[in-house]
Parts: sequence; structure tokens; C-alpha cells
Amino acid sequence: MLMGLLNYWIVVVLMMSGLYIVIAHGNLIKKLVGLTIFQTSVFIFYISMAKIEGGSAPILADDITVYSNPLPHVLILTAIVVGIATTALGLSLVVRIKEAYGCIEEEEIQQQDNDQQAESKAEEVA
Amino acid sequence: MNLSLELMLQLAIILPLLSTLAIAATGHYPNFREGVTITTCLLLIFLVVNLYQGLSAGETIRVFWWELLPGLTISFDIEPLGMLFALIASFLWLVTTCYAIGYMRSHQEQNQTRFYVCFAIAIGAVMGLAFSANLFTLFIFYEVLTLSTYPLVTHAGTEKAKKGGRTYLGILLTTSIVFFLLAIVSTWFVAGTLDFKQGGIFADDVDKMIAGTLLVLFIFGIGKAAIMPFHRWLPAAMVAPTPVSSLLHAVAVVKAGVFTVLKVCVFIFGLDLLAVLPTTQFLLYLAGASVLLASIIAMRQDNLKARLAYSTVSQLGYITIGALLATSSGVIGSSMHIAMHAFGKITLFFCAGAILVTLHKSKISEMRGIGRQMPLTMIAFFIASLSIIGVPPTGGTWSKWYLMMGTIETEQFVLMVILMLSSLLNIAYLLPIPFHAFFPNLIAFKTSKKLINISEASGNRSPSFEIKEAPLPSLIAIIVTTLGCLTLFIYPQPLFDLASAVLSGRE
Amino acid sequence: MIAHLPILQVIIPLMAAPICLMLKRTQLVWLFSLLTSGLAFAVSVLLLQQVMTSGLISYELGGWQAPWGIEYRIDKLNAFLLLIISGISTIVLFAAQTSIEKEIPKDKHIYFYVLYLLSLTGMLGIVATGDAFNVFVFLEISSLSAYALIAMGKNKQALWASYQYLIMGTIGATFILIGIGLMYQMTGTLNMYDLSQRLPEVAQSRTVFAAFAFVIVGVCLKLALFPLHLWLPNAYAYAPSIVTAFFAATATKVAIYLLIRFTFSVFGLSFSFTTIPLQTLFMALGLIGIFVASFAAIFQSNIKHLFAYSSIAQIGYMIVGFSISSVTGLTATLLHLFNHALMKSAIFLALAAVVFRVGNVQLNSLRGLGRQMPLTMAAIVLGGLSLIGVPLTVGFVSKWYLLIALVEQGWWPVAGLILLGSMLAVAYVWRIVEVAYFKEPVGPPIKEAPMSFLVPIWALVIANIYFGIDTRISVQVAEAAAQSLFGVSL
Repeated sequence: MLMGLLNYWIVVVLMMSGLYIVIAHGNLIKKLVGLTIFQTSVFIFYISMAKIEGGSAPILADDITVYSNPLPHVLILTAIVVGIATTALGLSLVVRIKEAYGCIEEEEIQQQDNDQQAESKAEEVA
Repeated sequence: MNLSLELMLQLAIILPLLSTLAIAATGHYPNFREGVTITTCLLLIFLVVNLYQGLSAGETIRVFWWELLPGLTISFDIEPLGMLFALIASFLWLVTTCYAIGYMRSHQEQNQTRFYVCFAIAIGAVMGLAFSANLFTLFIFYEVLTLSTYPLVTHAGTEKAKKGGRTYLGILLTTSIVFFLLAIVSTWFVAGTLDFKQGGIFADDVDKMIAGTLLVLFIFGIGKAAIMPFHRWLPAAMVAPTPVSSLLHAVAVVKAGVFTVLKVCVFIFGLDLLAVLPTTQFLLYLAGASVLLASIIAMRQDNLKARLAYSTVSQLGYITIGALLATSSGVIGSSMHIAMHAFGKITLFFCAGAILVTLHKSKISEMRGIGRQMPLTMIAFFIASLSIIGVPPTGGTWSKWYLMMGTIETEQFVLMVILMLSSLLNIAYLLPIPFHAFFPNLIAFKTSKKLINISEASGNRSPSFEIKEAPLPSLIAIIVTTLGCLTLFIYPQPLFDLASAVLSGRE
Repeated sequence: MIAHLPILQVIIPLMAAPICLMLKRTQLVWLFSLLTSGLAFAVSVLLLQQVMTSGLISYELGGWQAPWGIEYRIDKLNAFLLLIISGISTIVLFAAQTSIEKEIPKDKHIYFYVLYLLSLTGMLGIVATGDAFNVFVFLEISSLSAYALIAMGKNKQALWASYQYLIMGTIGATFILIGIGLMYQMTGTLNMYDLSQRLPEVAQSRTVFAAFAFVIVGVCLKLALFPLHLWLPNAYAYAPSIVTAFFAATATKVAIYLLIRFTFSVFGLSFSFTTIPLQTLFMALGLIGIFVASFAAIFQSNIKHLFAYSSIAQIGYMIVGFSISSVTGLTATLLHLFNHALMKSAIFLALAAVVFRVGNVQLNSLRGLGRQMPLTMAAIVLGGLSLIGVPLTVGFVSKWYLLIALVEQGWWPVAGLILLGSMLAVAYVWRIVEVAYFKEPVGPPIKEAPMSFLVPIWALVIANIYFGIDTRISVQVAEAAAQSLFGVSL
């Protein structure tokens, strides 16, 4: 049971730890790391899903009868590209957040935003 | 002029709306602007009177505009009740405009153009409402009326006006959307149509419980009829300039409410069904409570307009009761009361406004002795009060007569007592005002010490005896409506004919 | 040419995006984007016409036969959505040039149009395609460009809002990806039609349940269903105004389309609503969403925030209509998709005009604007009335259908709650009216917005009223689409 579904167990563990990091950590970079782990678990899920024991790459040859399913592999190539784009975009956002706020901690950023809102409210009242 | 009646019907609705453009365009020239308004009023009266003659000649006048959703049409149809309402509203619009010219100018109100524009839209909405052929059309104009009168209520733009406007809009929109719309949708679902039809649109075997619930939804939803507990908007609307209070909150808006109640009772439910619904009795008592409580509250108001507002709430209850009694005399009484109360209450409001602009007084306790300065106004006030109370020689006598008849026919003796009690209360809160105005010191010993001091103070100041009446246009308006109250006593026949024709399909 | 319409719909903006980079002049880029979007709109009109007259269009990409190749499958539902998206995009673009002048630095203008077109491509692609994985790809195209667009906002909060959206959006998209993977594992196909044929055989397996859960949660994140809505208010409030106008009208609509597509077409009605208690769940979430978001809207001091919360509440209405799972209910949802797009794009464009003249959209800055920018404010008020659902506006039509659908099922209390919810709309709309019309203006006099704003704003406002009166087209299309979803699947 455990060994037969090993790949899925790994996927689930990775997925959950990724999600946990995204939620639990306040550091924006760490959040992105978590997000990447989360996405990677899905890649593994697709790739391992398509693998058939003893199957080979989809190359037509006379002596090969069992093939692994190539389609999920192709699909996940696309997903990997998307993942890279997301990470790149996220990191560049973090750079600009650092420039604008001077920090990359969630709590501090929210603190600054709240202060600013309180200030503008105080101005309105005045 | 050779217009077909159908065209006239449409013109009667469109004309006030179109006139807004002309009013807005001439906004910088007050004389032109008011000229446009008055011309529109006259044209409107001409149209409505023509329609009335057409109706009396027995012609059916129907117009179909547009099918909004399959089966839901915007269409118009003239029947006696709507005709009655349209006649009153268009005639009193003319009178009120006349009054407003005097009032607004001498009170130097801001934004007068916006005032006249919104007024015209409101009247257009009333015309549309009066002539609607189905509940859906009626609902549309009902909402237009609410929205177009909001700027009038908040006209002053002060914090207090905004607060009043919030209550006004809040209650009217909430009731109309939450209850009224729900009732309309459900009626549409249950009956399959929304067309007004003599004898009602529900099938004979309709579930009494569902129909009863719908009736409650309707009565609560028509917030403009100001049945307690949804009456708060009316006193709140008194922050508006007096012409608004007088036309809209004694005639157009509140009468639109009770008109809708009558329409729903007679043409959606039908009197036969109405009489057997399980909730009718409950609503009757609710309306009765509304009549009595509002009268009691009115007695405690020192602000004249507030007292009149609560008096209106109470009188609207009469009309609702008449509709819910589900007998022909009840319906006739209600229809007539729409007219009688309109003339009486508008006169009272006119007087209140006249006192405000000339003497700058809005509190009743300050009005002792003003009869010497404004004799005509106070005489008018006296006559109009009689009409509201319902004693000869004023029109109010007739409508109250029929309403009483209705309660006796249906053996609703509790309601009969309530109506009589409320009439007594009417005397108690209306008549002292003209009385003290003319005889400031006569019964001073009966009132509290504070009041004696006030009256003494005003007596010591020896109020000037020079007569200082309201501006001429306003005074004319007051006199016209007062004469209306009297005429309706002597010559109520056309009104009675219209009111009894409401049920002609039935008898 | 006509035969290739489905792919042209997506490929035109996709190709136009890189071309924008080559055109050096901003003005030219704007005109070119406008032209592109206009072309997309024309294509969608043709598609809708074709679908309404001759039914389903199936287009095989590159000649590869479905279910092996990617199929674009246009039925009444997606033709309707394509029309909404491309139409709103075109109208909003009219005002783009003037608006971004003040909100985005000059050197980024061209990128703005590139991203805008890519985002448009993504949305059109999601709707047009009949392939589940393709949905994911287009979803990411539109989302990635959306993150970048939002980050272009002039306040630093825009960056933070964009980052939050990125995290939430990516989690949502990845959830959808997982769901698609699980479905593929069970059926061996990615074609939605094929999936709908094969899923019932394996419907009772736990994998399919998991797939369903992942897809639905992912989609709900994207459509900001309460309580997954937290990313939306900031993203809308701090994005450049034009972007807000575009997204508020289209982005969540696309997500709702996905929800409908997956539940009704792919998993099928009986699985989604009988096997899984989706109805109770969504009805409850929709209603709570309406009330919570409307209440939140009442207390906002930033008008963009206010209307963002109002969007969440309006999504609640669509979800309630959806959860009724009757033809009328679905018609109501589809109508509201269309109608809400009209209202919100009008309102947010008008707010863009306010930002252009005033600089911000704090409630206090609107003081006296009713007199200084009468046309713009009138547009906001009319849009607001439509939100409330006053007769003769589009809002009334969809509310009417929603009520009928609820009464049909005998759910009177829910109908009452829906109406009560719309009263909260009165509260927040009227806060704006009071400030704009009954307070004296402060500061220097402000001029009415330029024509480049007024024309598109009023085009939308007039559409708001026109489709509130002449409901033939919208109701006919929405009804036909709803019926087709209940008839033969896909």
C-alpha cells in the first residue's frame, strides 16, 4: 500500500509542505519558495502518473511494446514554463516591494499600509 | 386640436417629462421657467379633462408601449379610479405651482430649477402610475416617483435634510423592493399575469394561505401608504420645502400609495377573494391601529408640519381600511377620501407654508394670535380642518360617511369605533390652531403655565394688527383649494360617479 | 475565413501583443490595440450569430482530430461570454490612452497595451477552448499578465496587492491543474466533451471526487467566492483604473464561466448536484457573500474598494442563481454576468475619469463633484441604480429572473434575503450620492472629464438602460445558453 503508492505519498507530502510554507511564513521570498515546492509536487504527480513500469520513451522501434504515456510529460513541460514565469514575476515583485517598502516581511508591510490608511483617515477628519 | 384619446393618454405621461427639458433650458430666466411649468400644467389639465370626457362617453382607452420581458408589458389603460387620481393630481399641480412661485421666491430658495424639474418628473410618474394597465407598469412608475422626489426632500441640503432624505429613501425603497417586488414576482408566478382585471386575477381555487401572505406583502410593500410601522418616512419628508410637502406628501406620493393599495385590492385580489383571506382581518386592525396611534402622536407634535404629517398617516389608514373592508361602500369611501383628503390636506400645508414665509413661525405654540395678521389664511385653515374631520359643510363629510357605512355593513364595530375616535382626535389636534389664532387669550386658563406666559408675552408685545398675508400667488392657491373643499360638499356628484364606477364591472 | 473564426478569436490579440512592442509610438500602439480588440469583438459577434442560427461550432486546431488534438468548441454559452469580454475590452480601451497618461509612467505605456492584449487573449482562450489543459494554459496567460498590470498601479500598495493576488491565483490555478490531472488519470482524455462522456462511468471513484473538489476550489479562488475573496478588493482598488474597469467586468465572469462549464458540462448535472451537495453549499456561500461583502462595502472610504466589495456581493447573486440549478436560475446567472459587466465597467470607467481629474477616489474627494463633473457622477449614480436593481435598468432584469427562479422552487425566504441584500446596495450607493451632491466642493475647481472618457462611459450607461428595456437579445441568448446546458451536455 505504502510502497505501491509511494509517488503519490511524496506528491502529497510535498504539496502540503509547500502550501504550509506559503501560509505560515511571513517572508515573501519564503512564500515563493513554498509556492514553487507546491507547484513542483504537481509536476511530479503528472510525470509519475504517466510512467508505466517497464515502459520506454515513445520512440517507434520494433522491439518495444510498452510505452510510457508521453502526453502528461508534454503537458507538464508547459506547466513548468508557466511555473518559471510565475516565480520570475513573483521575485521581481518582491524586488520592487523591497524598494517601495524597505522590507519583505508580510507583517511589516501590512503595518505600513495600516499606518498610512490611519494617517489619511486622520487627515480626512481634520 | 384633433388628437386621438390614445395619443392624449401618452402625452399626459410624456408631457411633464418633456417639460423638464424646457424647464432646465430656461433655468436662468425664472419668469420663463415658471411660464413653462404653468403652461405644462394647463396643457396637462386639458389632456386629462379630455380623457375624462372620453371615459365618461364610455370609450376604452388603451395604449401598449413595450414588452420588457415576455408577458411583462408597459401598457396603459384608463379606468375610473386612475382617472380620479389623475384629475386631482393634475389640477392640484397647477395650484401648487402657483403657490410654489410665491413661496419659493419669497423664501429665496436655492436650486429652484432642480426643484421644478424634479416636480415635473414626479407628476409624470404620477400620471403613469394612475393610468397603468398592470402591476408591473405601476411598479416602475412607483419607483420613479420615489427617486424623483428624493432631491425634493433633501432640497435644503442641510445635515437634517440629508438625514430626512435617508429615512425617506431608505424606507420607501426597502419596502418597495423587499416586499412589494417580492409580492409582484410571486403574484406573477401564482397568477401568471399582472394585468389589472375587474374581480381580480387569481384563480378561484388559489391557496388562501399564499394569497393571504401576498396581501400582507403588498400592504407592507406599498410603503407610500404609510401603514405603521412603515410610516416614518412621511414625517421625515417634512424637511422639504412646503410646496413639496403639500403636493407630494399630501397628494401625489401618499395618494400614489393608497391608490396602489386600492388597485391591488380591487383589481388584483378582487373583493370576493379579499373578504375571505385569513390575513385581511389582521391588516384591518393594523390599519386601525395606525389610524389611532398616528392621531395620538399628532396631538403631541408642536411643529405644525409634523402634526399635519402624522395626521396624513392617520387619514391614509382610513383609505386602506376602506379598501380592505372589501365592500362597495368601503371602496367608494376610499376613492372619495383620496380626493377629499387631498383638497383638505393640501390647504392645511399651504397655510403652514404661508405662516412660515410671512411670519417665520413653524411651531404651533407660537401661533397664538396670528389670526389677526393672516385672517384669510387662518379661515382657510379652519375650513380645511373641518374637511379633514369630516363635518359639513365640507367634502370630507361624504367620504367619511361611506367609510362608516362600510364598517357597519361588514359589522366591523371595533373599526367603526376607531374611526369615530380618530375623528374626535382630529378635532382635538386641528381645531385649536385656528381657534387660538383668532382668540389667543380666551381659554388660556386651561393650558399650562408656560403657555400662559407665552401668550401673555405675545399679548404684551401687542401683535401688530396690520394684515400681512402670504404672497399673492400663494394666497390665490390657498383660496382655490379651500373653495374646492366647500364645492366638493355641495357638488360631489361627479366624484361619486367616478368612485362608484370603480366597481361598475362588479355590480 | 468564416470557418476559422474560433481560432481567430484568440489568435488576433495574441499576435497583436508582440507587434505592439515593435510599434514605437504610444499613440500608434493604442490605436492598434483598439483595432485588435475591435476585430476580436467583430469576430465574437459573427460567432454568436453563427451559433444562434446553426448551433455548435467545433474547430480542430491544426487539423488534429479531437479528442487527440485540441478542439475549440463554441456553443451558445461561450459565444455569449466571448461577446461580453471582447465588447467590454474594446469600450474600455477607448479611454485607456487618456487614463494611463496620469497613472502609469510614460516609458511603460507600450508594455501596458501588450499586457492588456495578452490578458484579453487569455480570457478569450479560456472561454473558447474545449480542452481542459488548454484552459489552464490560458488561465495562466491571463493571470500572469493581470499580476503585472495590477503592479503598474501608481501606489506602492499595488505591488503588495499584486503579490497577494499572485500567490492566491497561482494556488487556484495549480488546484485546477491537479484536478485536471486526476481527471486525466481516470479517463485518459483532456477534451471536455470526451470527459463528459467518460466521467459518468467512473463517477463513484474517490479520484473523481477529489478532482471535482480541486477544480471547484481552484475556480472559486479565481472567482472570489466568499470566503476566498480576500485578494480581490486590494487588487481592484490599487490597479490602474483602466485595468480595474476591464477586470471587474470580465475576469470574475470568466471564472464563473469555468464553474458553469465544469459543473454542468464536464462533470454533469447529476454528479455536481446530486452526488455532491453543491447546491446547499453554494447557496449558503452565495448568500453569506452577498451580505458580508455588501456590509463591508458600506464602510469603505475608498470608492474603488467600495465597488470591489460590491463586485464580490454581485458574484454572490450569480452563485445563488447557479446553485438553484434550474434553467431559470442559470438564465438569471448568465443575464447577471452580462448585466453586471455593463454596470461595473461603466462605474469603474467613471471612477477612472474621477481619478484623472481629482487624483484619487477617496469618498471625501468626491465632495461637490455632482456639480463639477455632472456627467461622470450621473453615470456612477445610474450604474449604482442598476446595481440596486431599479426597474428599467439591466440590474432589474437579472434580479427579476433570479426571483422568479427562487419562487419557482418555493424558496421564498431566500428570495426575501436576496432583496434585502439589494437594500444594502442602496446604502453604499447613497453614501456616494450624498457626498457628491450635498456637500460643498473643496479645493480648486474641477473640470468635467474629457470626451475620451465620457463617450465610452455613456456608451456603457446607455447600454445599461437599453438592455434594461429591450431585453430581447440578452434574454434570448442567456435562455438559449442555459437550455443548451440542461439539454444535451455540451
